[in-house]
Amino acid sequence: MNFVEGAEIRDTKAPAGPIEERWEKRKFGARLVNPANKRKLDVIVVGTGLAGGSAAATLGELGYNVKSFCYQDSPRRAHSIAAQGGINAAKNYRGDGDSIYRLFYDTVKGGDFRARESNVYRLAEVSVNIIDQAVAQGVPFAREYGGLLDTRSFGGAQVSRTFYARGQTGQQLLLGAYQALERQIAAGTVEMFTRHEMLDLIVSDGRARGVIVRDMVTGDIERHFADAVVLATGGYGNVFYLSTNAKGCNTTAIWRAHERGAYFANPCYTQIHPTCIPVSGDHQSKLTLMSESLRNDGRVWVPLRKNDSRAPGDIPDAERDYYLERIYPAFGNLVPRDIASRAAKNVCDEGRGVGPGGLGVYLDFRDAIGRLGRDAVEKKYGNLFEMYERITGENPYETPMRIYPAVHYTMGGLWVDYDLQSTVPGLFVIGEANFSDHGANRLGASALMQGLADGYFVLPTTIGDYLADGPFGDVDEEAVAAAEVAVRTKIDRLMSVNGTRTPDSFHRELGKLMWDYCGMDRTEESLRKALERIPELRQEFWENVKVTGVAEELNQTLEKAGRVADFFDLAELMCLDALVRSESCGGHFRAESQDSDGEALRDDENFAHVSAWEHSPDGTPVLHKEPLEYEYVKMSQRSYK
Amino acid sequence: MNLTLKVWRQSGPKDRGRMVTYRVEDVSPDMSFLEMLDVLNERLILEGDDPIAFDHDCREGICGMCGMVINGVAHGEQVATTTCQLHMRHFEDGATITIEPWRAAPFPVIKDLVVDRSSFDRIIQAGGFVSVPAGSAPDAHSVPVRKEDADAAFDAATCIGCGACVAACPNGSASLFTAAKITHLSLLPQGQPERLSRAKAMVDQMDAEGFGGCTNTGECTAVCPKGIPLDTIAQMNSDYLKANAK
Amino acid sequence: MNVTATIERGAATAPVIPPKGEEKPRAKRPGGFLTSSNGKKAVMAVTGAVMVLFLVGHMLGNLKIFAGRDSFDEYALALRTLLEPIAPYRTLLTLVEIVLVVSVVLHMWAAISLSRRAAAARPVKYAARKKSQAKGYATHIMRFGGITIALFVVWHLLDLTFGVVNPKGFDSSPADRMIAGFDPSRWYVTLLYIVAVAMVGLHLRHGIWSAFQTLGVANRDRNRALRAVAGLGSAVLVIGFLAPPLAITFGVVQ
Ligand SMILES: Cc1cc2nc3c(=O)[nH]c(=O)nc-3n(C[C@H](O)[C@H](O)[C@H](O)COP(=O)(O)OP(=O)(O)OC[C@H]3O[C@@H](n4cnc5c(N)ncnc54)[C@H](O)[C@@H]3O)c2cc1C
Ligand code: HEM
Ligand code: HEM
Ligand code: SF4
Ligand code: F3S
Ligand code: FES
Repeated sequence: MNFVEGAEIRDTKAPAGPIEERWEKRKFGARLVNPANKRKLDVIVVGTGLAGGSAAATLGELGYNVKSFCYQDSPRRAHSIAAQGGINAAKNYRGDGDSIYRLFYDTVKGGDFRARESNVYRLAEVSVNIIDQAVAQGVPFAREYGGLLDTRSFGGAQVSRTFYARGQTGQQLLLGAYQALERQIAAGTVEMFTRHEMLDLIVSDGRARGVIVRDMVTGDIERHFADAVVLATGGYGNVFYLSTNAKGCNTTAIWRAHERGAYFANPCYTQIHPTCIPVSGDHQSKLTLMSESLRNDGRVWVPLRKNDSRAPGDIPDAERDYYLERIYPAFGNLVPRDIASRAAKNVCDEGRGVGPGGLGVYLDFRDAIGRLGRDAVEKKYGNLFEMYERITGENPYETPMRIYPAVHYTMGGLWVDYDLQSTVPGLFVIGEANFSDHGANRLGASALMQGLADGYFVLPTTIGDYLADGPFGDVDEEAVAAAEVAVRTKIDRLMSVNGTRTPDSFHRELGKLMWDYCGMDRTEESLRKALERIPELRQEFWENVKVTGVAEELNQTLEKAGRVADFFDLAELMCLDALVRSESCGGHFRAESQDSDGEALRDDENFAHVSAWEHSPDGTPVLHKEPLEYEYVKMSQRSYK
Repeated sequence: MNLTLKVWRQSGPKDRGRMVTYRVEDVSPDMSFLEMLDVLNERLILEGDDPIAFDHDCREGICGMCGMVINGVAHGEQVATTTCQLHMRHFEDGATITIEPWRAAPFPVIKDLVVDRSSFDRIIQAGGFVSVPAGSAPDAHSVPVRKEDADAAFDAATCIGCGACVAACPNGSASLFTAAKITHLSLLPQGQPERLSRAKAMVDQMDAEGFGGCTNTGECTAVCPKGIPLDTIAQMNSDYLKANAK
Repeated sequence: MNVTATIERGAATAPVIPPKGEEKPRAKRPGGFLTSSNGKKAVMAVTGAVMVLFLVGHMLGNLKIFAGRDSFDEYALALRTLLEPIAPYRTLLTLVEIVLVVSVVLHMWAAISLSRRAAAARPVKYAARKKSQAKGYATHIMRFGGITIALFVVWHLLDLTFGVVNPKGFDSSPADRMIAGFDPSRWYVTLLYIVAVAMVGLHLRHGIWSAFQTLGVANRDRNRALRAVAGLGSAVLVIGFLAPPLAITFGVVQ
């Protein structure tokens, strides 16, 4: 696949000056919309996860006319609901040395120096307000006996800054946002459209002015107009078919916006989570995450010998390889996500994996049970063990758990500036759908923070500055018709192929291809192979997919087919991006770029930039680089040996 | 495993619907219930049939999207388990499994096993929130909350809004769902100012949606995947009576 | 995997067709207390409690039969003459009767109206046989049990209050009616009472707890205790009510 290089992106609209003052400055500089005018301004928010839900509610509170969309039957079901671990905030309630600056520092470093300093600092700054807001809404965070909020340390952080609500933090935060949203719906400031899928963006006179959506119950293609459009449609990890994402997670909304002019940044940055329940067979439809906290007490091992088919209990200690403890004696089982993931893949590639297909490693609690007693282990991990047993039918108190890495989060997304505005004026992108704050790797418990920071605090301010110029008048009918025709054509095409393969079978094949060639480690060769195979498979898809039923009713096969079609296009760009970025950084590991110990090796000379891809009608992507500069955190290579 | 499935098929809201029998063979015991249906659906597509429509999303028991009545029991007989978390190893080879949608007037069938649960959202709209605009919150530590209260509130707050309680209740009552939210907010200091008006508004909305009244039969809590306890309903009743006494 | 499809008519009967052109009821009916389902439940609980209190008194009264015919007749008379100089004959009893009638009527009204609401909320039944997931069976026979009790009370009044179906007829002392009524030869009447009182026991085993729940008295900490109160209370009532008829039938009291 060819690409051309376009102009560098120089201005991200972040104010200059000391980093602590930038957000304050921007807030002050942002123009205000007078309350009477707000009622005349319409905003569309697509997505009701932490980002979209909080944004729609807040914009409603501010007095704008908001239309909110989601593909589920209720806004409360957005995939944010599944987040388990917790949410970071620099509250320093423990007095353990945390601060806004430290959270900022950790995030920039954790992102392997591929995130923007200004954005990250703002994120850390706003994080404290999120906790206040959530508590006031009645989010039942874990508390200590004194009645104050409990925190824990998460994902290798040295301070205890993660707030949590048992293993259901995402759920409780989302319900808080959902309730705020429902309150606005009742107040009439937000109109909610559930079971509506966004299929195109309407761009008129160079501004994002609306969306084309399909009513998933009736099949009606509807047009909705507004003065600004906000996308909060989550991540695209499902391009791998198997991931920890919900089945409906898709790239359709952001991809079609990309086709209408929004740059797509760093599509290749994906995060793989090391502790998921392994695949049990071809029927596998999704992967389930097990909390990372299990690694605090479980020991990871595989048999020393290849193809050892003995039961784990029959393998004596001398014939076990506790490979993380062996290779990384300092951090042992607690090495960062990407390192743990890659190490697991390596041992499985050597033929030492366990379980079906040899794709798994043991996470053993035998020693923890011996040391702490079964009761203590049960108290700490009881519900996780139960979940594991429910899915696998195996009892982890007796046989070690089997785990394997799985795709979990996508750091890439639509490019946005400091105001969270994309390259299409009036199109704002928030939450996992944008690329902004995590660089090449996201810290645990930081995605929830980012979604809510964007939705409650950042976007409502910055969008006002844009809307101060509105209302923008009538939408160009031709632009609308063009978008609508594009949508209808695509649907008609899918309905008319009538081939011999199901959308799922294509999705599975694409996913496997991406996992094999653009997964945990990527090589020039594998990526080139992928770039060859994807267009072939895509062609077969368009010639041989089978969608039954009619488009004018609830048709889940059609929904799937449409999403798979967009995944093909995205997959291609991901592989291209991964190919062009010949360094390793964060979640992106190019096998060619490693040091003598097999550690990821960054190439700051050539790749200290964001890769923002522009779609061009002739199909040749244009690469715009946004250089990254580090004024506050000194660039350094990480080491966990 | 080989199974016989009797599945409710209804092409749209206006169709009368019927039970259709399918035989599925070579089902793996490791499959989840929905994966078993996935496999059947792929087969149906290839045969040019309309696949069975069912709601699902997270497939890890938290989004509340999935739900069907399996052999007469909402989410199946496995205790505290959503349909997506139910695995085929709990069924016997050769078994006949009846699969039906949630049945309740306020949950009209959209297609096959997909029902419209927007009535739940409207119950929340009636008052299931704390009115606190973004940016106006005091510091989170300004109001301590007893751990016991926080934990009890949490227990109620874990409701995933799946609707199994309604599906199981002989009266088609949404009391457990409504009570879970009322209790969650009632137990926290943040929920106090609106406590009574909230209970009244939500219960009245539940009635307006056409749900039945609770006669404390407890079927709801028995099928609830999150084990929301019945005393949430007592809490709701108490708040409601107090609201009316005013 | 092979799939074969055979189409069968299901056991579900009612069509799920929404009335044409009519929107689902969405608008808030700002319902009054008595039109709300919770309000009706509260009425049921309060009237139920009144009836339970009556039953307790009634049971204690019945037990007087063990103290002898005279003692029982004295009690029956006292019921009618209490408050006598101040108020006319039968004032208290009439008051009790009024309260009881009002309670029964309200209780039944609430029960019927809630059942109708429940039926409307579940217009289509499940094809699969219903399996109770909740432990306990009493909860599922409340309506059936209530109707049985109501029928029983009608018969009971004809028997022991008006003597219409009693061998001694109306012109007899209450104790006579009672002892004649449960004569060993009329064992089937005793049996009927046993069944009826058992139904009352079942109704109350759930009902008493249910009333606590409805009135919002129950909570996590109290639930065990309240369930015990309900169980014990209904057991005491059953035993207390059954003791006299059984004693008479078996000739212990003559
Ligand atoms: C299993 C799991 C555990 C996690 N745990 C943690 C954790 O502990 N801590 C942490 O910080 N992060 C965690 N994360 C990451 C975090 O949950 C997500 O990144 C974050 O919630 C994303 O929020 P969002 O609002 O951007 O998107 P989502 O919550 O995914 O919402 C997307 C919304 O967009 C809508 N939508 C999508 N496409 C369309 C379309 N085409 N048309 C209309 N609507 C559309 C959907 O309906 C939905 O409402 C976890 C993620 C997973 C998968
Ligand atoms: C005459 C003696 C009766 C007594 C002492 C009695 C008592 C009670 C009590 C205490 C309750 C619990 C109220 C609550 O749920 O909060 C109750 C419920 C109920 N009663 Fe009665 N009742 C009697 C008669 C009847 C009759 C005649 C009927 C028939 C129509 C009836 C039908 C019901 C029903 C349907 C319920 C609700 C079921 C439930 O709560 O699960 N009862 N009764
Ligand atoms: C099995 C044992 C019972 C016996 C021996 C018994 C006996 C009697 C007698 C003798 C009377 C007439 C009292 C009088 O006229 O002074 C009476 C009245 C009555 N009984 Fe019972 N009874 C029994 C059980 C019940 C039960 C279970 C109920 C209700 C569920 C009930 C409800 C009534 C009522 C409503 C009256 C009329 C009270 C009145 O007129 O004020 N009885 N009973
Ligand atoms: S109360 Fe339980 S069954 Fe009812 S909606 Fe909530 S989680 Fe589902
Ligand atoms: S099953 Fe129904 S009757 Fe009440 S206790 Fe539950 S809502
Ligand atoms: S699919 Fe989310 S709870 Fe079952």
